[in-house]
Amino acid sequence: MAGAAAGGTTLGEKAGLKMGQATRDAFGDALRDLGDEFPEIVTVDGDVGNSTRTEVFAKKYPNRAVNVGIAESNMVSVAGGLASTGKTAVTASFACFLMNNAFDQIRMSVAFPKLNVKLVGSHAGISIGEDGPSQMGIEDVSLACSLPNVVVMVPSDAASTKAAVRAMIEHKGPTYLRLGRPKVPMIYGDSCKDFKIGKSITVRDGGDVTIIANGLMVSAALDAAKDLEDAGIQARVIDMHTVKPIDRDAIVKAAKETGAIVVAEEHLHHGGLGSVVAQVVSETHPVRMAYVDVGDCYAESGDPDGLLQKYGLTAENIVKAVKSLKK
Amino acid sequence: MAVSAKKLGLDELKDKAKAIRRHIIDITTEAASGHPSSSLSATEVVTALFFGGFMKLDPKNPTAKERDRFVLSKGHAVPVLYAAMAEAGFFSVKDIMSLRKLGSVYEGHPNMARLPGIEASTGSLGQGLSFGLGQALGVRMDKIDSHVYVMTGDGEMGEGQVWEAIAAAEKYKTSNLTLIIDQNGYQQTGSTKEVLDLTAFGPKVEAFGWHVQTINGNDMGEVVKALEAARKITDRPTCIVSQTKKGFGILPVLEKEKDLNYHGKPLSKKLAEEALALLS
Ligand SMILES: Cc1ncc(C[n+]2csc(CCOP(=O)(O)OP(=O)(O)O)c2C)c(N)n1
Ligand SMILES: [Mg+2]
Repeated sequence: MAGAAAGGTTLGEKAGLKMGQATRDAFGDALRDLGDEFPEIVTVDGDVGNSTRTEVFAKKYPNRAVNVGIAESNMVSVAGGLASTGKTAVTASFACFLMNNAFDQIRMSVAFPKLNVKLVGSHAGISIGEDGPSQMGIEDVSLACSLPNVVVMVPSDAASTKAAVRAMIEHKGPTYLRLGRPKVPMIYGDSCKDFKIGKSITVRDGGDVTIIANGLMVSAALDAAKDLEDAGIQARVIDMHTVKPIDRDAIVKAAKETGAIVVAEEHLHHGGLGSVVAQVVSETHPVRMAYVDVGDCYAESGDPDGLLQKYGLTAENIVKAVKSLKK
Repeated sequence: MAVSAKKLGLDELKDKAKAIRRHIIDITTEAASGHPSSSLSATEVVTALFFGGFMKLDPKNPTAKERDRFVLSKGHAVPVLYAAMAEAGFFSVKDIMSLRKLGSVYEGHPNMARLPGIEASTGSLGQGLSFGLGQALGVRMDKIDSHVYVMTGDGEMGEGQVWEAIAAAEKYKTSNLTLIIDQNGYQQTGSTKEVLDLTAFGPKVEAFGWHVQTINGNDMGEVVKALEAARKITDRPTCIVSQTKKGFGILPVLEKEKDLNYHGKPLSKKLAEEALALLS
């Protein structure tokens, strides 16, 4: 339980992964480090910069940081206005308050006019723990993916988050970056050179089944792959860090080569990565699929590890899902 | 219908507030997370509402039609609500020691779907006054004599939706709706002066056509008087700007820790002991 005691989770232990930074921490550091190279970056906060870690940037560049108070709708439209003057406006809140509370502002002030606003949602998923369901962003990927013109990224660890932050700043146009609260295992070590928007990363090769995951479920998928290997099943694990635009080629290839796909994500069942992958599979090369996700419910307060167990976001459940397809 | 507890006198109310403060410390320290300072600033108001004879409540029948309602829009302060409800007999003090633990109905923010007696699911700031307005309109349509109290934070007043609700409540002249702004001077990332200064709440809300009182919300006598005065208003919604201190009751501890906001932080076991000593 070392990971859990350190404010993280026990994910990645079976796969032998080392515990790393929380993705929100990696985001804050990365944004600060890009400040000089990209002088047009500004941050727009809604009184939670110490949670989302935009404060790390704001402390170094106080004149490029705006805090509008607890007012997410205002925050997003202000970011849109800033972007229209040539700024790269990074606006962050908890994923739920950003996406759910300011959705029409995101639609009208960001997505529709294709402005250079970088939406960043921290505290995504149920692994935020004790604060409970009102603070858990579990609809955010679905909401973000529904919007034309918006790139949607869900990085799995610190290194890929840092790469995603650079990619989002270099990308011209709206993006949504989803971040988590707890520490998560390191998938890529110190850097993730292969990161490209819309191009998934195969983190483990295998020919019997494919597990497509993002966020902290990539660690769970690698744990599951280890167990499956012991049972004689070679699982391919794909880190689908970009949900939109989705990497169609990797999905079609996985369907053709492995014949079965399990999708694992820390999100509601409807409208997330699972739905997006299923659309591609059904259009191109139908194979059987199974899903490991939060399902169709709101969770509760509890410790992060306990919640992941109770709501089924575990390596064991991925193994079960694989076996159900391989029967 | 039964009033939950007998109407307490001023000294008894002060003692009750102390007991509620002790529960707030106990349960958040046990949970090792939560928002004690946000709960402590609001304690006099919540205590007076539940035990000063202002709310028709029946802990054995929490959904009785004629009950009055308390909506905690600043949902992160829910420890004060659980503590008051436990003292009022909705559940036991022992029950709420499970705050924030897996399986417990005493979640980190109010959840009306799981816990009878909770009048609104909150935690996303800014929505409680609109929800309370809906309740005030609903009971009025049914000709039920019932009052709705809503408490917001001063930082929470930055949400535009609150001001939309203030405007709409004036339109409908919901005199059975009282907004209490817990003006403790701090929000998550600093003082309200630094983050978003909306002070002079009184004149602002008054300009919308509401009846407004501004009081020291940590003075039980002033709180009781203001709640009594609000009940006498029959032609418009009422607002109490409750000027408080975040962490009231254990301020020496926060001063020693050099953090007068202490937002979203439980006290360590050791600090909790010092805090409880101040509340004995
Ligand atoms: C819509 C929304 N945005 C942000 C938050 C995160 N948050 C929780 S408490 C808080 C500060 C609240 O300040 P205030 O309303 O003054 O309450 P206090 O804690 O001072 O009583 C913030 C920003 C939230 N819960 N909801
Ligand atoms: Mg406040």
